[in-house]
Amino acid sequence: MHLALDGEQLDKIYDTLKSTLIDIGVETAMLLDTAGNVITTVDDGVDRHDIYSLAALAAANFSAMRSMVKIAGEEEFSLLFHKGQKENIYLSSVSDDFLLFVIFNNDMTLGLLRLKVAKVIGDLIGILVVDSSQ
Amino acid sequence: MAFINLKDKLIQAKIVYYGPGKCGKTTNLEYIYNKCRTQINSKMVTIKTQGDRTLFFDFFPFDIGKIEGYDVKIQLYTVPGQVKYNSTRRLVLKGVDGIVFVADSAENRRNANVASLNNLQENLTLYKKNIFEIPLVLQYNKRDLAKQGIPVLNVATLEKDLNKDLRVPSFEASAVEGDNVIMTLKKTISVTMASLEKELK
Repeated sequence: MHLALDGEQLDKIYDTLKSTLIDIGVETAMLLDTAGNVITTVDDGVDRHDIYSLAALAAANFSAMRSMVKIAGEEEFSLLFHKGQKENIYLSSVSDDFLLFVIFNNDMTLGLLRLKVAKVIGDLIGILVVDSSQ
Repeated sequence: MAFINLKDKLIQAKIVYYGPGKCGKTTNLEYIYNKCRTQINSKMVTIKTQGDRTLFFDFFPFDIGKIEGYDVKIQLYTVPGQVKYNSTRRLVLKGVDGIVFVADSAENRRNANVASLNNLQENLTLYKKNIFEIPLVLQYNKRDLAKQGIPVLNVATLEKDLNKDLRVPSFEASAVEGDNVIMTLKKTISVTMASLEKELK
């Protein structure tokens, strides 16, 4: 099985990442699949990062952590967070097949980001579910 | 699971180099990375142990140009070959579209090759993929060992051990010298893209 998304869906994904995350100060927001493919990426106009490497590492990291959590006896696992000196990384599950990857600096609070990420995930599920039902 | 971006006409597919420990998977990728820099707009990611063995994977994206109007980006990965890292091998296999199985031609690695191929078959089953259906190419690596007087398995033996039932394309190669490394990759891309095209029709 392969994943194909059309222009309308990709535009909607881009718009929701931009309006909900980038426009409030997030540096980079990326939707990726759990195999490490980049679906859509949006940044604040500054091209800082190698997104393909980030996607491969993010997918692997998330999968590894999910496996560890299962071994520890937990059923649910939904996010990873790294607090850096300048840059922070937030990686969250969207569905079984998709992840949301966000880089933001210390001008933004984690609480605000979590609220916005929750909204984006809801929007993304709506857009991606339409695809699987077609 | 390849991703097809219908808006930008872009396909991303995943090819994984699999094989027993120290068979030359990372050496294959290093050779490709150094020879094909113009097609790689990224650094090679490696997650290694302190002893320089692959701990999780090596990775870089590889642009192969246009196929039927689509830009195709191949994500190349290796897995850790050591037996104890099976859980990480499984994670890297997720969403795989094509596989290079790198066998070690050294005579004393005969059993390790067979065990690794069996392990690949088991791990693919977890993702409901069939080793007889997935695009697969065999590479008989380290043919150069014979020049150093190290006993190597002859190709007929390797074919009998590994390819008797699979009947997939196979190449003799030397990753350290670069022999047939690019040919192996080209053939794998070719069978992977042919399979994708067939599935999409």
